[in-house]
Amino acid sequence: MTISRSTRRLLAVITALVLAMLYAPLALVVVNSFNTSQALTWPPSGFTTQWWQRAAVNPGAHDAILTSLTVAACATVMALALGTLLGLAMQRYAFFGKETVNLLVVLPIALPGIVTGIALSNAFSSILGVRLGFFTLVVAHATFCIVTVFNNVQARLRRMGGNLEEASADLGARMWTTFRLITLPQLRSALLAGGLLAFALSFDEIIVTTFAAGPGVTTLPVWILTNLFRPGQAPIVNVVAVVMIVVSVAPIWLAQRLSSDPTDTTRAIH
Amino acid sequence: MTLSSVSSTLSRRPGIRLGLLLAAPLTWLVLVYVVALAALLVTAFWTIDSFTNELERTFTLDNIREITGQALYRTVTLRTIGVALLVTLIDCLIALPVGFYMAKVASRRSRHLLVIAFLMPLWASYLVKALAWRSLLSNGGLLDWAGGLFGLGTPGFGLTAIVLTQAYIWLPYVILPVYAAYERVPDSLLDAAGDLGARPALTFRTVVLPLVVPGLVAGSIFAFSLTMGDYITVNIVGGANQMLGNLVYINSGSNLPLAAAIALIPIFVIMIYLALVRRTGALENL
Repeated sequence: MTISRSTRRLLAVITALVLAMLYAPLALVVVNSFNTSQALTWPPSGFTTQWWQRAAVNPGAHDAILTSLTVAACATVMALALGTLLGLAMQRYAFFGKETVNLLVVLPIALPGIVTGIALSNAFSSILGVRLGFFTLVVAHATFCIVTVFNNVQARLRRMGGNLEEASADLGARMWTTFRLITLPQLRSALLAGGLLAFALSFDEIIVTTFAAGPGVTTLPVWILTNLFRPGQAPIVNVVAVVMIVVSVAPIWLAQRLSSDPTDTTRAIH
Repeated sequence: MTLSSVSSTLSRRPGIRLGLLLAAPLTWLVLVYVVALAALLVTAFWTIDSFTNELERTFTLDNIREITGQALYRTVTLRTIGVALLVTLIDCLIALPVGFYMAKVASRRSRHLLVIAFLMPLWASYLVKALAWRSLLSNGGLLDWAGGLFGLGTPGFGLTAIVLTQAYIWLPYVILPVYAAYERVPDSLLDAAGDLGARPALTFRTVVLPLVVPGLVAGSIFAFSLTMGDYITVNIVGGANQMLGNLVYINSGSNLPLAAAIALIPIFVIMIYLALVRRTGALENL
């Protein structure tokens, strides 16, 4: 089929418009963080860095960043361990119920956050009798982060094939040696990419967090949500939002460069 | 048993090997997630003592009766489904031409860049995006100003704002699988259709579109399901409107069984949606 030049041009214009629409709101948050006016009005009334200076010494925001980083790091470590095991099992073996396991990994992220959130908080507090807090939050985050690691590991194993591992076994290497010297080195960048995605996912999450964290734990998104409607806090919230954009997009940029096929990273959430 | 004999036993017994690999992650997923979902279902049939606020673990259909009987829940459910369908439709309509351009028109180099360009905002925080739309839509905000040039104003905070913001947030989730689906359509098919005399519009409708539908449906599952459960965006740009998520959230503190029962509504609706789209083969594309 030959597509006429006008159709091509029309499609290009639509794509460009959609891209502009995708980035404009994010750019607006950045602009607002330097806007002298506290109201969210356009055009901006002037340039100032005072919100950035104030945010830099805001203890609540500092604590929240630290909490978010710790939670994301812990959840990522757990997701890495569980996702790798699962990836190895699913890619190297055929077994009964494989489809169900596949669905089970995707479910925590495909069901709306509110369902996952209330299910977990209900199980923790009224069934198990565990107090909501840092620990329950990490468990909840790890649960929906497994899928990113799992997808990256599985995709890499599929491309790798099993030849090298078999050769290693034929040459007398034991399983652990083969894993350490053959499988793991080939998986390294996939693990890094999956881990980065898991980190970004956990760092941003808000809905499950509001249910699983309990009142004492304030992550960055929770901090934003509680300060959003407080008078006079809007500009600082904007600054923190810009920080969040950077912290969550930077790992994606890195993960993108680590995986040769860009749709791999897409699959991390699909 | 020494370490090496463990190793040699394992290498002869793939079943045990598989069991060891699966044990930890499956225990985790089942123990944490499946049990939690099952418990949610059970809790929906419990009740709360109106005097002591304690959970009463006796089976009752009160909550189910309440959510099926009261007009509030019916209205909110219909509103939520309506918003979710509208969001899904908007995203699909945008994704079809954009995905086509990315996969079949753009050069190989710009294709890669476009994928990254659509991927990055997907990962920017959901909360920040809702926040961005709050300032975009506010009175005297960017949209008000831009609309003013054409004699229009901002739609303000309300249902329209919810639909726009949700459509914005989930758009990359629909574009990327649609793009991937277009990418899998072999160019030779398009050439064959063209050689046999089909005009581009006919080729698109009869050859390309049917092959892209699974990707489109896979993306729509995300847009639909994630909108069904949202309450944060509604709080930020929705004005006084409520969706199912808000009702779950509001009740979760005071009446957990009722909240659990309300949470069953989106689960139920999503199940129906999944059952309807199952036949397109989209589930294997997730």
